[in-house]
Amino acid sequence: MHLYAIPLIFVLIGLVLYAVLAGADFGAGFWQLLAGPGERGAPIRDYAHKAMAPVWEANHVWLIFVLTVTWTAYPSAFGAIASTLCVPLFIAGLGIVMRGATYALRAGTASVREQDRVDLVFALSSVLTPFALGTVVGAIAARQVPTGNAAGDILSSWTGATPLMIGVLAVANSAYIAAVFLAADAHRTGRHELEEELRRRALLAGLVAGAAAVAGLIVVHADAHFLYTRLLSGGALAAVIVSALAGAGTLALVAARRYELARYSAALAVAAVIAGWALAQQPLLLKGLTVQQAAAPHDTLVLVVVAVLGGGLILFPSLALLFRLVLGGRLDHGEEPHAAAPAAGPAQLLAVSSAGLLARVAGALLLTGFGTLTIAEAGWAHAIGICALLGFIVVGFFAIVPAQLAESE
Amino acid sequence: MGAAHQAYLLEARQMQALSFAVHIPLVCFGIAFPAMVLFCEWLYLRTGDELYRTLARRWTRIMAALFAVGVITGTILSFEMGLLWPNFTATFGGVFGLGFAIEGFSFFLEAIFIGIYVYGWNRLSPRAHFWSGVPIVIAGMTGSLMVIAVNAWMNHPGGFRMVHGHAVDVHPLKALFANSFLWPELSHMYIAGYMVTGFLVAGAYAIGKLRGKGRPPTRYERVALAIPLTIAALASPVQVLVGDWVGRDVAEAQPVKLAALEGLAHTTRGAPEHLLGWYENEKVKYGIEIPKLLSLLAYHDPDATVQGLDTVPKDRQPPINVVRFAFQAMVGIGTALALLGVWLLFVRVRFGRLPRSPWFYRAVALAGPGALVALIAGWVTTEVGRQPWVVYHVMLTSEAVTGAGGIVVGYTALALVYLGVACGVVWILRRLARSELREPDPPATASAA
Repeated sequence: MHLYAIPLIFVLIGLVLYAVLAGADFGAGFWQLLAGPGERGAPIRDYAHKAMAPVWEANHVWLIFVLTVTWTAYPSAFGAIASTLCVPLFIAGLGIVMRGATYALRAGTASVREQDRVDLVFALSSVLTPFALGTVVGAIAARQVPTGNAAGDILSSWTGATPLMIGVLAVANSAYIAAVFLAADAHRTGRHELEEELRRRALLAGLVAGAAAVAGLIVVHADAHFLYTRLLSGGALAAVIVSALAGAGTLALVAARRYELARYSAALAVAAVIAGWALAQQPLLLKGLTVQQAAAPHDTLVLVVVAVLGGGLILFPSLALLFRLVLGGRLDHGEEPHAAAPAAGPAQLLAVSSAGLLARVAGALLLTGFGTLTIAEAGWAHAIGICALLGFIVVGFFAIVPAQLAESE
Repeated sequence: MGAAHQAYLLEARQMQALSFAVHIPLVCFGIAFPAMVLFCEWLYLRTGDELYRTLARRWTRIMAALFAVGVITGTILSFEMGLLWPNFTATFGGVFGLGFAIEGFSFFLEAIFIGIYVYGWNRLSPRAHFWSGVPIVIAGMTGSLMVIAVNAWMNHPGGFRMVHGHAVDVHPLKALFANSFLWPELSHMYIAGYMVTGFLVAGAYAIGKLRGKGRPPTRYERVALAIPLTIAALASPVQVLVGDWVGRDVAEAQPVKLAALEGLAHTTRGAPEHLLGWYENEKVKYGIEIPKLLSLLAYHDPDATVQGLDTVPKDRQPPINVVRFAFQAMVGIGTALALLGVWLLFVRVRFGRLPRSPWFYRAVALAGPGALVALIAGWVTTEVGRQPWVVYHVMLTSEAVTGAGGIVVGYTALALVYLGVACGVVWILRRLARSELREPDPPATASAA
């Protein structure tokens, strides 16, 4: 494997995780839309909302990861994609804003009517966003993005049959994954009625997504034949077969109520599709631009790889902790009396004498900071100065606040 | 990738400015609010006093709502790097992009631990819950470090050479972190984060106090006011010193920006400073002139020579009055906030209490919006002051912009959506401030202790 391809692998992994995890969130919005307004749809809408609450923000950072690694490691390709496909990207951006805003606003709704309105905007943007992002992927795959600053047509580049079809497929897949994940959650929390409803939706969505995938192949056959032939040969074909098997397998697992396994097979189906796309397209990144040509200079690639691996060492354990807490039901909604307060009594926060000492230290730090940052000229003096001034803020705070709070007892 | 002709460059810049102006106040809350919430929770862990826990929980809800809005406005900014400035990203992504890639991880950690922290109240042990908040504070620091590293690089670029429109000899670590602009700018922004958050939160409680008309505030209200107010009062005098430090760096590396801030048309020995006034026909009209002050402030020497605007052609100068007004607004408000801080610290040290004058609390209520205006004005100063360059003396903003049409449509759509988001945020903050925490509040005996 060449160095220039490694960041692309990271980008694809990020894309898979985004498609699965954020896809499940988008799909939850889709089911909220279908559940309808008012009291009738309220249980599913509430449930879909709460199930994604603790993981919502983290799931969407994968998109930021994909964007930043792409523009660092393949800057010219990023510039070409973003300028030619500015319309669907902007629509996705607005969709993300409206989704996020309504998601946050829901916490403040007091009546069913208010909730209906907020949920409607949320659900519509949950369908619009994956559709728009799907057309971006479709336009790249159908070689509609030439290199250069807005060199492709900003409308026809993504409104061909293949991009639109991929957009539809993205929505269908999100709905399928979401139904599987939500059914799994309902099963885990023992909400059997909801589980049955969601299971029915998952089975139906699975059939629809499968049909959409077949229809997609037919469209690609007619609209972008080169893509069709490459998808159905070599490694790409193997990936497509894996995806089809995993998709069908998920359906069987849901039918058998083996939801936990179904989560993973659904993810596998998405991962295999993205892998198949990458294999079908290599070594080209865009029309007339190979991955190697698009890659950033050597030093940058090395640092990106180091940064992503290093970041991953912190990220994945943190993410594992979050998902373990969520899947273990530790962060579920619902009311529980909070754990007893720690044993400490109404202890003094800090002794008064130490507050006086802290105030003197803070004063000394302020003078030092003024002398070394403002009067002195040398760089090293400035470094001392800024540290002293930040120290003044922290020490000053601890000199003042605890004493003040103690007085107001 | 090549420059493109763009008739709507100004609209593209305004759209970017709007996106920043909406995002940056939320960044301040991302930087400073988690630390304040954690401090409250730490007080609770030390004393077992339920009052601190109630306060921390209430603030947590506000923190969560603002963080969610910060996530989406931040996402829009990363889209705009490509949508508006594709040639900037295509040419220099390999140089500065690493900063954003690392920032992405900070953002990730923030999102993960905010999820755990917000939903972990009542669910995790008190100690585990407290520690789940610490990564949020640290990620807020590293995230702002990375973003400021990129901005400092745009103002003071290094770590590459340009050959035929391509960046070669690229050393991203040198570009991002071996930059004399980074540390002053980072300190300035980080302290600004504490000032904006501190004064806005304190201002909300100060308004409540003023509306109470002489009713003695409850202990809860006193605590909720004292914590943010003290932080902001300590930070604002320090900010004056840090701002002066930033100014001396600008004088050295971006003399034309300094000349624009001060409206200095010609290179002058022993240059004067003008307060207020209007720049026209190469001089400041109606301003208050203080002889030699500019030389003294910029170079610590009243007779130092300060470079004037006439050292570069007109089309390489930023719009003078915009930059000058933004700068004077920032310095003026910043100085007033520092005086407010000194007032508080003086009364505190001399009399051992908070000031009692209602004028003090009126000033605190104004200080929140004031700090916000100073923050935005500061960013206008540095960003508009860098114009017409996107990468100082390397790439013009007009070379960076997209060749795609429809900027006006996008700008309008974004403005409308952001207006809706702003209304929504105001609405939910009012709701959250009024509504009860779902868990029954602690019994009265606990808070009377």
